[in-house]
Amino acid sequence: MFSGFMVNAWEVGTMVAIVGGVVGFFVVLRGSAFPAHAIPNGAFAGAAGANLLAINPLIGLGVFSFGAALGIGALSRRGRSDAVTALALVMMLALGAAFVSLSTQYEPQIFSLLFGEILGVSSSDLLPVVALGAVCIVAVAMLYRPLLLTSIAPDIAAARGLRPQRFEIAFLIVIACATTMTVPVVGALLIFTLMLGPSAAAQCFTNRAGRAMAGSVAIALVTIWLALACAYESNWPVGFYVSVFSATWYGIGRGYAEWHTRRQVRAAGDSRRSIALTN
Amino acid sequence: MTDVPVLQVDELSVSLSGRQVLDHVTFDVRGGEFTGLIGSNGVGKTTLLRTILGLQRPDSGRVLVSGTPLSPRSRSLGYVPQKIVVDPDVPMRARDFVALGLDAHRYGLTRRSPPQRELVEQILHDVDAERFADHRLGSLSGGEQQRVFIAHALISRPKLLLLDEPLANLDPRSVQEIVALLHRVARGYGVAILLSAHEMNALLPVMDRIVYLTGGRAASGTTDEVIRSDVLSQLYGHHVDVLQLHGRVLVVAEPGQDNQDIPQHPTLTLG
Ligand SMILES: Nc1ncnc2c1ncn2[C@@H]1O[C@H](COP(=O)(O)OP(=O)(O)OP(=O)(O)O)[C@@H](O)[C@H]1O
Ligand SMILES: [Mg+2]
Repeated sequence: MFSGFMVNAWEVGTMVAIVGGVVGFFVVLRGSAFPAHAIPNGAFAGAAGANLLAINPLIGLGVFSFGAALGIGALSRRGRSDAVTALALVMMLALGAAFVSLSTQYEPQIFSLLFGEILGVSSSDLLPVVALGAVCIVAVAMLYRPLLLTSIAPDIAAARGLRPQRFEIAFLIVIACATTMTVPVVGALLIFTLMLGPSAAAQCFTNRAGRAMAGSVAIALVTIWLALACAYESNWPVGFYVSVFSATWYGIGRGYAEWHTRRQVRAAGDSRRSIALTN
Repeated sequence: MTDVPVLQVDELSVSLSGRQVLDHVTFDVRGGEFTGLIGSNGVGKTTLLRTILGLQRPDSGRVLVSGTPLSPRSRSLGYVPQKIVVDPDVPMRARDFVALGLDAHRYGLTRRSPPQRELVEQILHDVDAERFADHRLGSLSGGEQQRVFIAHALISRPKLLLLDEPLANLDPRSVQEIVALLHRVARGYGVAILLSAHEMNALLPVMDRIVYLTGGRAASGTTDEVIRSDVLSQLYGHHVDVLQLHGRVLVVAEPGQDNQDIPQHPTLTLG
């Protein structure tokens, strides 16, 4: 389990989890789950297209996810962003379907693009994944405080000269970057769960942003390590395990938050509905 | 230098979707003063504040802050918007949100220095928010959040604090508490306040000046100068009476006149 191609898998998986946790924190905070779902799905079309042209799928993934991010960002200024996002998602899936039907590739390749195939990661995939991952992490670290304020109180941020629209586009680009590196590993349909489950769970356990982000990385790491081990043993797709574990953490997190609130309320001896996690 | 007002609004006209909302509005706010921006719903209070902040482009006229046009990066204005909805799931303590007032514009991760953290404590104390400083922002009541937003705005030491209807949705006691608090911090921090409201009576004890907005036009001055029958009648374009009763003010139109755009309804005021 810890030799040969599995070494690559552990390394890439670790990087993917760190990026998923860091970016996912803001995905949950900003309520960007929908674009975080749409962009990887669009990226799938890019990868299918790259297959068709026999070029590196990473290029197709990159072009399509950045295109999707910029398109969603630009069109959301004019119309309802959920409608725009949904349309972008559907258009790109349709394009992906067209590429797949034109392609002579056999099915497993497509299947792995959708559901992930971390166990087939080669050492030449390592460098781009690490490089793109580093870009994501540095970008989030740079944007951290302005992004916090624009996420929580966009009007106040705007009055201070931080343009919420620009931060929205910047953040969509970060999602695109994270997508490009993670789709070949966990797949287009399931990378989303890695950004969502661990972060949403972590936000139940603490009321401090920094700790929530650290917790989100930690939970994502445990998720992917467990998922890799299980996938290795069972031959089921990694993405399946990632999704199941992510959802489980969230369930545990919600349960903890409920329990904590009830305990607080009882301790305070009143019926206020405040959630005062004090860790 | 000493005589330059912190805010000069000069012949400001603003249209939204082709409809003129503000029509040559002119007034000044001087350093340290408490100014009430009074007008009924939909009269353009939010639009005026957003234009002052540079979030809305005027058709004509200009806004000067300490004698110069507002630059987008300037933090000489603090702002508490009318509506802020914070999800209770957001992992942020009230205290952390106040601290963001210091450095939300900074890129990168920097540690907050001990003096900065002391400043946060001090300001939480000043707005009487220590009790719930460790609670999640989204879990606080409207009145509690109001204090946190005021602290967030004050901590960067603006010259002028703009508050959009901070008293709406508060019970009479909280209204008094927030008004007293604003009066106190305005003095203590030497910050001027421009506060919008649809009801002026709660503000009468603390207001230095009033900007009375109706039909897109404004009258400004001290309360005694503006809240007079002749001034307001001219502004409304029909006769209105100003009644003073138990230290409260009541503006009433003659029977038959439309008094819908009078910012406080008589029955509410006397209640
Ligand atoms: N984007 C917009 N397009 C067209 N008209 C608008 C727009 N935004 C606001 N308005 C109109 O401009 C007028 C002024 O709105 P504004 O929000 O400034 O009023 P307000 O005094 O703050 O009211 P309230 O007391 O209800 O908050 C209203 O009649 C409103 O319908
Ligand atoms: Mg308003």
